[in-house]
Amino acid sequence: MFGYTLRRIIYTAPVLLGVAVVCFALVHISPGDPLISILPADASVDLQNRLRTLYGFDRSYPEQFILWLGRALQGDLGTSIATGRPVTTEVMRAVANTLMLAAVATFIGFVLGCFFGFVAGYFSNSPLDKAASAAAVFGVSVPHYWLGMVLVIIFSAQLGWFPAAGAGPGGSSQWKFDMEHLSYMVLPALTMSVIPMGIIARTVRALVAEILAQEFVIGLRARGLSELGVFLHVVKNAAPTALAVMGVQLGYLLGGSILIETVFSWPGTGMLLNSAIFQRDLPLLQGTILVLAMFFVVLNLAVDVLQSALDPRIKR
Amino acid sequence: MSTPFLSIRNLGVTFTGGMRPVRAVNDVSLDVAEGEAVALIGESGSGKSVTMRAIMRLNPEARTRLQGSIDLGGRDVLKMTKRELSDLRGAQAAMIFQEPLLALDPVYSLGDQIVETIRRHEPITREAARARALELFERVRIPSAKSRLDNYPHEMSGGMRQRAMIALALSCRPKLLLADEPTTALDATVQIQVLLLLRELQRDLGLSIIFVTHDIGAAVEVADRIAVMYAGQIVEQASARELVRTPRHPYTLGLLKSRADGAMVKGARLEAIPGAPPDLANLPEGCPFAPRCFLAEDACRAGTVDMQQLGPTHDARCRRLDATQPLQNA
Repeated sequence: MFGYTLRRIIYTAPVLLGVAVVCFALVHISPGDPLISILPADASVDLQNRLRTLYGFDRSYPEQFILWLGRALQGDLGTSIATGRPVTTEVMRAVANTLMLAAVATFIGFVLGCFFGFVAGYFSNSPLDKAASAAAVFGVSVPHYWLGMVLVIIFSAQLGWFPAAGAGPGGSSQWKFDMEHLSYMVLPALTMSVIPMGIIARTVRALVAEILAQEFVIGLRARGLSELGVFLHVVKNAAPTALAVMGVQLGYLLGGSILIETVFSWPGTGMLLNSAIFQRDLPLLQGTILVLAMFFVVLNLAVDVLQSALDPRIKR
Repeated sequence: MSTPFLSIRNLGVTFTGGMRPVRAVNDVSLDVAEGEAVALIGESGSGKSVTMRAIMRLNPEARTRLQGSIDLGGRDVLKMTKRELSDLRGAQAAMIFQEPLLALDPVYSLGDQIVETIRRHEPITREAARARALELFERVRIPSAKSRLDNYPHEMSGGMRQRAMIALALSCRPKLLLADEPTTALDATVQIQVLLLLRELQRDLGLSIIFVTHDIGAAVEVADRIAVMYAGQIVEQASARELVRTPRHPYTLGLLKSRADGAMVKGARLEAIPGAPPDLANLPEGCPFAPRCFLAEDACRAGTVDMQQLGPTHDARCRRLDATQPLQNA
């Protein structure tokens, strides 16, 4: 187990390098000069050149890449062109906000998804299954920014139960786990949880139906196990796949749903990316994408390790 | 014969899930005495496995209609509550499946599955249950039993898996063992080892066994008595020796003739029974074998045929038993 984990960690190194290359290349391939957006239209050529040298945009791409990677390895992702603040600080603050939101959303989605999935799988083709499956399809297919706005209209504007936007009364900088701050999270987390809920519910339904059709379930009953006992076996059989799906979903949500974070003005990675793209803030854009991609890789690693711990058939 | 440990009377199993009801088992009566081994043989779809599963009521409850009675150790299985039923399963009667890879939970080690089963039925500690699991593994002759307990089903060979399945089935010292084609999925050499093991365990532990198979050779090897099934009915039953030497039902005659072993001379035709088994959702009137029977006459195609007693341990369900009498001597 330990050897397998170590091997998997080593395997992630080339993946991360690839991620860095792609993320650097993508940002530089896209057209547009990053300096134009911050310089006045009548800035002198001399000033343009000085700034270009300062940010290193005058060097060749390979050179820029190696310099950027070298600094990134030391935790320095450069300086944001738009704000002049270090990219690392900006990204980390946004990631912390998004991570919190995404973790809560995934948790809600996982619990509800598993519940609907198990009900649908156990009573497959009954009205209960139809209802649970309908809920899952709704989760996958409803436009979530629309759902977000509807929730805001109902629960903020009409009922006034929850705040409509932001990450707390004092902005995003002083997050605390108290009722007041948590109330800001309810609506965005609920909106965000709908997608993983739908996907997990559908996966779990298919899994449970498939497991229940296997002969070993009859084998378990033939040993005198109660329905609860059989259920526990089904759970353990379904767990590896369900967890893998959950991990991938958490990864997607970490990228921050740009639309949901915009609707709720949640100061996370989605909003950060949004502004970085519109302001052509290359260092910020690069840094954010790199950090998110790294989270995705690490998350997949964690899921793989967990999966192999749960399912003995996965080769270690 | 002492009072039978298992007594099935007029068992009917009908599956109601599909478009039209399927009569998978129709009027089956079978007795198994304590310590007796009975083989059920017949083609695929003749109702052997369904009969077996009905004994523990393992067919899907919602889609199955059961008729008749199944008396096991003095109590009618068909009248048991869910609770009584699961107390019975695994403890009084246990089942061995055809393909242990499919019938064992893939994500639990074999030791854990045995311990779980023992602790389901008996209030003993995990350590004691594990010690018994080890004993069982040694009993069914799994080499390096101790480390094998921690194996998962996919880590074992087919023969070892079936031995482990047998160990699991015996873990709560059942009186009745239901073996559903226990050797079909195994290599020929391993088949014989497993059959010999089953016979040995049956004698040592005084088990009653019902043993489903396609293989008449295996049936003769293990069983005291053989029952032949066709289209959901037992068409003939007799002691193993009697059935093989003096078969009386035309279907049994056909089965015995269609055996390949010994009779296969190069160039000789393998005799087969013409036609195919009937659709169980659409059974023909009269004897279900009549359309394929070389002795069938008009009377066979109307009304039901009752079991005829031919001797103290020999019954057959046929109207033309007079015609099969001279045949078997030929």
